[in-house]
Formats: sequence, structure tokens, C-alpha cells
Amino acid sequence: MADITFKIDNVDIKGKPGQTIMEAADAAGIYIPRLCTYEGLQPHGSCRVCTVFVNGRAQAACTQPIAEGITVDNSSEEVQQIRKDIIEMLFVEGNHYCMFCEKSGNCELQALAYRLGVLAPKYPYLFPKRDIDASHKDIFIDRNRCVLCGRCVRASQDIDGKNVFEFVDRGPDKRVAVNSEAKLSDTEIDVTDKAVEVCPVGALLKKRVGYAVPIGERLYDNKPIGSEIENKNQSS
Amino acid sequence: MKKIVIEPVTRVEGHGKVTIQLDDNNKVTQSRLHIVEFRGFERFILGRPYWEVPVLVQRLCGICPVSHHLAAAKAMDVIVGADKLTPTAEKMRRLMHYGQMLQSHALHFFHLCSPDLLFGFDADPAIRNVIGVIEKHPDLAVQGVMLRKYGQELIKATAGKKIHGTGAIPGGINKNLSIEERDNFLKDIEQILEWSRGALKIAKDYTIDNLDKIASFGSFDSNHLGIVRKDGAMDFYDGGVRAIDKDGNKIFDHLDNQKYHHYIAEEVKSWSYMKFPFIREIGHENGWYRVGPLARVNVCDYIDTPEAEAARKEFMAVTDNKPNNITMAYHWARMIEMLHSVEVIKSLLNDDDLQGNDLVVSGERRNEGVGIIEAPRGTLFHHYQVNDNDQITMANLIVSTTSNNEPMNQAVKKVAEERISGKPEITEPLMNEVEVAIRAYDPCLSCATHALGKMPLKFELLDNDGHIIQTESRN
Ligand code: FES
Repeated sequence: MADITFKIDNVDIKGKPGQTIMEAADAAGIYIPRLCTYEGLQPHGSCRVCTVFVNGRAQAACTQPIAEGITVDNSSEEVQQIRKDIIEMLFVEGNHYCMFCEKSGNCELQALAYRLGVLAPKYPYLFPKRDIDASHKDIFIDRNRCVLCGRCVRASQDIDGKNVFEFVDRGPDKRVAVNSEAKLSDTEIDVTDKAVEVCPVGALLKKRVGYAVPIGERLYDNKPIGSEIENKNQSS
Repeated sequence: MKKIVIEPVTRVEGHGKVTIQLDDNNKVTQSRLHIVEFRGFERFILGRPYWEVPVLVQRLCGICPVSHHLAAAKAMDVIVGADKLTPTAEKMRRLMHYGQMLQSHALHFFHLCSPDLLFGFDADPAIRNVIGVIEKHPDLAVQGVMLRKYGQELIKATAGKKIHGTGAIPGGINKNLSIEERDNFLKDIEQILEWSRGALKIAKDYTIDNLDKIASFGSFDSNHLGIVRKDGAMDFYDGGVRAIDKDGNKIFDHLDNQKYHHYIAEEVKSWSYMKFPFIREIGHENGWYRVGPLARVNVCDYIDTPEAEAARKEFMAVTDNKPNNITMAYHWARMIEMLHSVEVIKSLLNDDDLQGNDLVVSGERRNEGVGIIEAPRGTLFHHYQVNDNDQITMANLIVSTTSNNEPMNQAVKKVAEERISGKPEITEPLMNEVEVAIRAYDPCLSCATHALGKMPLKFELLDNDGHIIQTESRN
């Protein structure tokens, strides 16, 4: 099938039919910030960090298919501001203490905040009461840091074939629950499951490995999030 | 009493309050130093995974986070059954710790206490501050900054960051020292040694020249406590707890660190947020003890680096080799320790174990662990219990300033008794002297808030019925 031509920030992009805006942008080495999307999992379209303006309308780049002739705004101040506000809201809605969190330096939420220039939040902290499930011998859940991206839900279902996690309740009470009567230890999850690997924040973690990588050698210590996509473009 | 609530994760700082109570003849019947402390913290970490604790507890203090980091890591070594660390891990931690001792002592000496020593503690507070030092002794002010920086760079190279790093992990360390990092430190070490010798000389000369005046200033007999190496040598990172009385007789020595609560108890008093630790076998009345530089120089049998050992001998000679109980001698002792730290740092840097790659060990998992370390301000105890799910279920910390709580109260009392004799008045000299006496102990409350030489202290003078006669504030 013929290529589809469209513009991101006034640059001509060629994509394949059926691609999302994010997929076409990735292939072209253009980074669109994202959180709930994860390569290899079905796009979820829930976090809205990937918001772009398509012909002037806000859309989620991870779910929106490309179309001939559309213009995509990925960098205007307005678009950036929406993304920053979303990241800020995620911070104040949970209990994110980056300064001692073991995910620091490897955390996508933190890395997004740095990349987008989020400083002290203007929204009030909610300090919600959230719980920890440390019942499993090798894995623990700290819901204080969960951003409800749903990656673990999808990975467990689609890749691990286990269905360990699910969302329960709504609105401010929404949370990731485990598919058992009570605790993570009662599920069939294993430490090698994809579900454990995909958490972007410090909510679903392998036990006893925290801080083993020294500061300076962590994922985002030396390069901002998204640079792997941008660099792909430079090398090709 | 004004109630100040400290959020669990803020630094330990704030205002101290001094209350002095008089009888009908205007004689001091009671004087107390009230310090805000972080009681909430021990609750905050309940439920957290144990490997998070060495990083988390650093939020306790903005000046000596490394001490909390390492004390917690040592407790977690016990939890993970790492009874002997690899040489690389232990030496990296030591380098971090002695680097921190250097930076903390340098900060205290040059920026907080040198004004007292250089200008005399009865000098006008308008010049008796760090700005005065910068104007009168610019070379010293610069040395202070450079010494501190050197220590901070050591912390960064071992912990990853100058403050709140992650280097020590349960059972070891997460990095070694590269040759390049090492060489960077080695090229400046002689200069650092030289400056440390200079600072020691200032502290020593001050103490000896003013001995008449300071021998009794805020001074009192007390027990002393600190950890020492098995052979009795000074050791800031590891050893057994030793306590001696005012004459140097051993009260206990090298009891099991894991059972510290069998020989040290803590008393809660209604008027203070801080606990009052004491030696069990003596009881709370007389069992309190001093910690920190003075106590450490008193309790050790020797120092295993030559220059600091020579300095220790000179120090001990002043009191005929008996324990030194002079409050103002803390400054001299602190500078002996700073020189010792630099000597240790130099020998560590020349040890190629620091370039090893064997970083972490583990053994049989336990549910309880105690880590004890000598922080810049004195002995620091961290005690944790961990459940089978790896979560903290109990935490108890005895921080140095808590141990020095009663000694600081004693020092304040001495000063108050001497200054208020029949005259029911809080005077400028009284406030100065209280401040100087407290500062000798380098308490945490002084750490972050009085860069300009004024400790944030409130004073209240009470009559026999407890009515306030006068209040004064310094800040
Ligand atoms: S990444 Fe597109 S909505 Fe989350």
C-alpha cells in the first residue's frame, strides 16, 4: 500500500497505513512523550501524556492513526503545557518521594518531569493513603507510586497469559488490584514475568535489588528519556 | 511550651529553647535546654522494605546524612546475614565515612566555632561570626571551604552524590573507586593534610592559652561513651561500645552491639521531645554520658595514625592522662579527629582494594539488626526489626545529639549558675555563653540555621512559682 504523508511540526513524515501517529513518529526518530504505552503491548490511550494537536484538536498520539495530509503539533507551548500539567497531576495524586525511591534514575515519570521541565507542582499534594503488598517473596507492590498506566494489567494478560492484575473502583479510588482473594503471594505471578518488568515507576518492583546500580549509571542519569528514539534517527 | 511539629522527613533543625528557673533568692534551681526532635520518623518507616532504609534515613539530617546512611546499612548487613563485608565494600564505606567526618568537622570548626576561638567568646556578636572570620582571616575561611569540599567530593565518589547518595546497600556497596577518581584525590591530599594540621594548631593553642578561663566554663564531670576497635584504637566506622567514668575506669567494654539495649536505656521526660539515654547499670540519675569528639578521644587507648596519635598524647597530658571533662576541649578533640580522618583517607586512597570488583555478600537472613557508628557528633545507634515479607516492623534510633542532651543541659546549667548570681536577668553575656557552651557539642539544632553565628535560641527566665519574668530571643 502507498505511504501516507503528513506533517509533524512542519516536517514531512511518511508512514504506513494502519500506523499510529506515535509509531510513525518513532520510525522517523521524533520523540512524543508517553507513559502508558509500552512497546509490545496494546496501546491504552489512558495517560494522555502523548497528547498532540491533530489539525488543531487534542488527540492521544499512541492511539490516533495517521491520515494523509494531517498536521501534527508535537512541540508548541500549548501542547507542552498540557503534558506538563498531566505529569504534575500524576505527582500530586500519588506519594512520589523521588529522593529515596529505589526507582529514581530509572523512573519514567521522573524522567518525563525532567525532560518536560516540571518544577515544583502548582497543584496541591493530595497525600492519599495507599497500601503496600509485600506478601510475595520476590516482588512487591507499592501503590503509593502507582500511576494507573495499566502496563502490568496488559502485560500479565497478553504476554504472561496470567491475568494477575486488574483495575478496581473508580475515580480517585481507582487502583490496581491483584486477581486473588487477598494478596500478591496468592497469585501465580513470577518474578520473571513481563508484568514486573514493564512498570514505569516504582510501584511494582523486584525485591532486594534496589540501589544496586550506582548513581551515574542509571538509565536516565546521562541521557534524557526519549533520546533513544531521537538517536535512532541520527544513526540511520 | 511552644509546640513545633516537624514533618517526618524534614531535616533535624529548628529552635532550641532555654528555660532557667530561680528560687526566691534568685538562685538558679533548674535550667533546661529544649530541642525539637524527630520522633515521627521511626513511625514513618514502618512497612517500608528494608533495603530502602539506608537511603530513606538520610532525610533525617542535612549535615551528616552519611552517618545515618551507613548506620542503617550496617544494621541491614546484619539482616541479610553479611557478617563480613568484602574488603572493597568495607573500605569504600570507610572512605565515605571519613570523608564525611572531614567535611562535617571542617564545617563546624571554620564556620561555626572558629569565631568563638579567634575573637574570644565574649567578643561582640557583631564581629564574632563567620563574616568576621572572612574579613579578618580570609585564608582560614577559604581553607574551611576547601576542606569541606574535599570531604564532600569523597562522599560523591563513594555514594554517588554529595548529599543523599545510595552507595551503601545491604551487604556491601554499589561501586568501587576508579583509578581516575583516586588520582584526583591523591593529588590534593598533602594540601588537605597541611590545612588540617593548621586547624588543629589553632584549636590546641586556643585551649592551652585560655585554659584558666575555659577549664571550668560549662564544664562538669561525666561518663564518656564511644565505639573503639577491638584493640582499643579509635575507629569511627566499626567497633565495640566502650563506656568509661569521669576518672577513666571502664564501665563496660565491647559488649554485644546487637544487644545495646541491654546496657543502654532511654528515659522520656515530659518537658522535652528528646529522649535521655543512660547507662543501665548506673541508672538514669547518673548514668548519662557524653559522646562525640571529646568522648572518643577519652575512651580510645590510642589512635592508629601517627600525627593524630601525637596530638592525642598532647591532649591527654593536659589532664594527666585522665579523661578530659572540659566542655571547650571538644574543639581541640574535634580537630585531632579531623587530622586523623585525613590520615586515614590518605592511607585508604593508597589501598588498591578500593579498585576491587567484589562488592556485595549475603548470608543467613535475620529479622533483627543493629548498626552502630561514630557520627561526627557521636555514637549513633540504628536498630530495626524486619518481618518475613522484608518490611520494617520496628525502628529505634539513638542519635548523637540525644546522647549529648543531658550533657548540654549540664553545660547550660553551669553557665546559668555562674552568670545569674542574685541578679534575675537574662543578659547578653549570659546568652552568648550559653550559645558557646552548646555549640561545643555541635548539636544538630545548630547545624543548618545559624550560619551567621547566632544560634536560634529562645530564653525564658522563670520565678519560683513558674511565672515568666523575662523572655529573650536570639535569631
Ligand atoms: S501514552 Fe498515549 S495515552 Fe498514555
